[in-house]
Amino acid sequence: MGLLSDPVRRRALARLVLRLNAPLCVLSYVAGIAWFLALVFPPLTQRTYMSENAMGSTMVEEQFAGGDRARAFARDFAAHRKKSGALPVAWLERTMRSVGLEVYTQSFSRKLPFPDETHERYVLGEWGVPGPRKHLGGRGLGWVSPWRVSWGQEAQWEGKSLVGIGGLEKGGASASYHSYTEVPPPYCIQMVSGTNVYGILRAPRAASTESLVLTVPCGSDSTNSQAVGLLLALAAHFRGQIYWAKDIIFLVTEHDLLGTEAWLEAYHDVNVTGMQSSPLQGRAGAIQAAVALELSSDVVTSLDVAVEGLNGQLPNLDLLNLFQTFCQKGGLLCTLQGKLQPQDWTSLDGPLQGLQTLLLMVLRQASGRPHGSHGLFLRYRVEALTLRGINSFRQYKYDLVAVGKALEGMFRKLNHLLERLHQSFFLYLLPALSRFVSIGLYMPAAGFLLLVLGLKALELWMQLHEAEVGLEEPGGAPGPSVPLPPSQGVGLASLVAPLLISQAMGLALYVLPVLGQHVATQHFPVAEAEAVVLTLLAIYAAGLALPHNTHRVVSTQAPDRGWMALKLVALIYLALQLGCIALTNFSLGFLLATTMVPAAALAKPHGPRTLYAALLVLTSPAATLLGSLFLWRELQEAPLSLAEGWQLFLAALAQGVLEHHTYGALLFPLLSLGLYPCWLLFWNVLFWK
Amino acid sequence: MAVTYSLSRPAAALVAVLLLSFGSVAARHIEDQAEQFFRSGHTNNWAVLVCTSRFWFNYRHVANTLSVYRSVKRLGIPDSHIVLMLADDMACNPRNPKPATVFSHKNMELNVYGDDVEVDYRSYEVTVENFLRVLTGRIPPSTPRSKRLLSDDRSNILIYMTGHGGNGFLKFQDSEEITNIELADAFEQMWQKRRYNELLFIIDTCQGASMYERFYSPNIMALASSQVGEDSLSHQPDPAIGVHLMDRYTFYVLEFLEEINPASQTNMNDLFQVCPKSLCVSTPGHRTDLFQRDPKNVLITDFFGSVRKVEITTETINLQQGSEIMESSYKEDQMDEELMEPLKYAEQLPVAQIIHQKPKLKDWHPPGGFILGLWALIIMVFFKTYGIKHMKFIF
Repeated sequence: MGLLSDPVRRRALARLVLRLNAPLCVLSYVAGIAWFLALVFPPLTQRTYMSENAMGSTMVEEQFAGGDRARAFARDFAAHRKKSGALPVAWLERTMRSVGLEVYTQSFSRKLPFPDETHERYVLGEWGVPGPRKHLGGRGLGWVSPWRVSWGQEAQWEGKSLVGIGGLEKGGASASYHSYTEVPPPYCIQMVSGTNVYGILRAPRAASTESLVLTVPCGSDSTNSQAVGLLLALAAHFRGQIYWAKDIIFLVTEHDLLGTEAWLEAYHDVNVTGMQSSPLQGRAGAIQAAVALELSSDVVTSLDVAVEGLNGQLPNLDLLNLFQTFCQKGGLLCTLQGKLQPQDWTSLDGPLQGLQTLLLMVLRQASGRPHGSHGLFLRYRVEALTLRGINSFRQYKYDLVAVGKALEGMFRKLNHLLERLHQSFFLYLLPALSRFVSIGLYMPAAGFLLLVLGLKALELWMQLHEAEVGLEEPGGAPGPSVPLPPSQGVGLASLVAPLLISQAMGLALYVLPVLGQHVATQHFPVAEAEAVVLTLLAIYAAGLALPHNTHRVVSTQAPDRGWMALKLVALIYLALQLGCIALTNFSLGFLLATTMVPAAALAKPHGPRTLYAALLVLTSPAATLLGSLFLWRELQEAPLSLAEGWQLFLAALAQGVLEHHTYGALLFPLLSLGLYPCWLLFWNVLFWK
Repeated sequence: MAVTYSLSRPAAALVAVLLLSFGSVAARHIEDQAEQFFRSGHTNNWAVLVCTSRFWFNYRHVANTLSVYRSVKRLGIPDSHIVLMLADDMACNPRNPKPATVFSHKNMELNVYGDDVEVDYRSYEVTVENFLRVLTGRIPPSTPRSKRLLSDDRSNILIYMTGHGGNGFLKFQDSEEITNIELADAFEQMWQKRRYNELLFIIDTCQGASMYERFYSPNIMALASSQVGEDSLSHQPDPAIGVHLMDRYTFYVLEFLEEINPASQTNMNDLFQVCPKSLCVSTPGHRTDLFQRDPKNVLITDFFGSVRKVEITTETINLQQGSEIMESSYKEDQMDEELMEPLKYAEQLPVAQIIHQKPKLKDWHPPGGFILGLWALIIMVFFKTYGIKHMKFIF
């Protein structure tokens, strides 16, 4: 009631905001961080519970006993794969048909924007012939996929990296397994093509209007054959049951996620990523849920579940609850983010352990990558998760029957579903497999952080406003602002140049690396992927030289007002972006807010500029990515050396760009077109003259 | 000696009693039997069995209803006198691993689906409207005979309902619900339209007792699986079928009914004892204050069976004209004969007296002046604090 229209009160409020601004900002920031840390403690984290009536209990009988069969299938599959060097399509078709499925294949091809070094998805040498690739000092192929390393599997990870380096020598050999019918033109060398095989088990007594998917992604290396074996054995078992009300699709995709993406796009008859693929001959209605399986050993010690999908999308919590209940029923050891779940939530240990898991989840979700082929299903609002069999050094091992039984139980319960999974949460954080934090409880953390930007923006606005009215009211300006020349208002024109220039930088960062890779490879001794990453870094660093450019373009008489206005705009811009990001992908929004907000709030052209500059550089999006990588490996108890971290960073950049082009991951455009220009504005403010 | 009981014309039901004397058994005993014989005034039996739940995971509700259907059919009520409403078809559900069966017991011990189930209202026909229309008889003329409740004032009706409910309502198919008041009004309409002689209402749902607490029509006996505030629980989990097969209350009612045969002398008090809290987990409830007879004189077969009153006896029975039994059984007839002025049907029983047996205490409200005073105080405090000039901020 008149709080803002009453001049007296308004002045009091303004004084409050101006005088208490710094403590309020600090308080709000600390509150945000503290709130986030408090999320792992029991009042905020709750036990998960099944909300879906149709999947209410684990009361189904698992009869799967085809362990031997699964192992035999896996052996055959591995042998055929070794023989043919690619996915043994004919064998798969034959086998699926023999267990009684309707079998179809789908061939697809995809032109990558540049070769995928981490998955060795380049096909022909530089000039259209297979041959070893140019690279800088043996670095190129030594890159290891940064996010895909399984935990507790250092040995395997080392092995993988060795395989990568081994691939260096046998570049020609690894190139040969993709069959080509035509000789590609010199610049179309990043064509990846493959074939997906899928079999549909028709529900005997129901219309084919709904379906479930069990999928196994097969990469170029010879992992996952046990998963294929289990898939086939389960298909044979499921075929013998008559209680299916939904069709079940057994899908084996080539080239990991590329195949999954091609299949999903063809299934839904859309083309969002420029994939070329043959249309699907057989369909089975709307997919209700999907489970992706990754198994590379005959026995497992634990099952790890991955839920984070493309752009941080998550499946409905009920699907995870379902998995967890069957884990408990079968006595399986199940992990989330590779961490066992803490038993004791009353003492400090449990929540601390939960915090590690939570941070890992936040980092993985923030990366926006599909962590397993389930991640691509989520784009089509198909609830999906990935189960990974981990074989570490534990005493007690489970064979394929135990895993198969858990899967059978899950599918039978999913079969009972009558509508899409919708009863439980879609937006949540997981500090443990059986604990969750709902969106209503974690959002305030991001809210407090964004409040800092709001308070700062309010302060700047008041200072600018006060300067205008300052002459009429000489008594009412105790703020920290120095007396300003009264002549002009804040011309929007003075802001146009820095905004445009920084946005142009962002656009260049987005477009140039991929566009200019061929120019770079012709003039420098680098491979395409390296060219992309190096161009990326070069343009990123070039942005730092901006203030010297813009201050010449901008000519205002009042420098103070100028930077204040620019900072005001930048603050609002940042707050809006972070707010939007936090709504769609809380983890990313929170991570960026935690790092960018303090530096953004502090940036000004006075005071200890070098300190501010260092802080700004340290909290720039790229530095955040680097820091996240270190934190991520630290939390997995596999700390990185500086050099390794740098390699991982480069690989992550390449992967980020590649995933944007192949799957439509939004992290790269978001950073290059949104946050990087915004960050440049603060850099601009800092070096305002 | 045979005692036959004419079922044809209730108003003129002069009982033809033939007594043949053979031995020397105490006459008193025989007369007791005769008393039993004339206890109920009904001539025909009807059953309305309703399952209001859809979906596979509600298998147990269908099994509940079918188990009662099985019992009443076994005890003699023909399909033409049963209105069976099933909201979903579990026997043909594609999720059913044993097609064309609905089991009520684990390990496939008892298949309640049987060979000849005649479902009158099925799937989307099971609505509140259709249910009320069946009860009250307000049915479109085109409705087939099998979908009608063609009862009269000599009919004993069994109404069994199961589904998901709450305090004061029962859900129909996830889309609508019937409240206890609507149900009570429907029964009153039935009474006024002379659609029943006596009515037994059984409901197996959460907080089932709330459904019968608003009844006010005479001659209704009601049972429920749980009290207000209690959940009714399921029973018989079957991993092979993948769902719970029955609800606890109906499961034990079925076990009880399996022991009954058309000649059983088991009475309603025994039914009240079925499924004590130790077995049911919930507390089954019953209501008899609207019912005219003593439950211990009411046979189970009065409602669950269609038992023709035929009894062979070797004794001579002398029936006195003015005896208690005759009086109570044929009160209407006597009244018709003695008082020439016709009474309205609804007034024949002291309904009002029954309803007001236990007048409910009104909820206490603070007197009107108290509220007014509170407001005055608030306003006074406000003006004391801010003064009159701040009125403009309010308006």
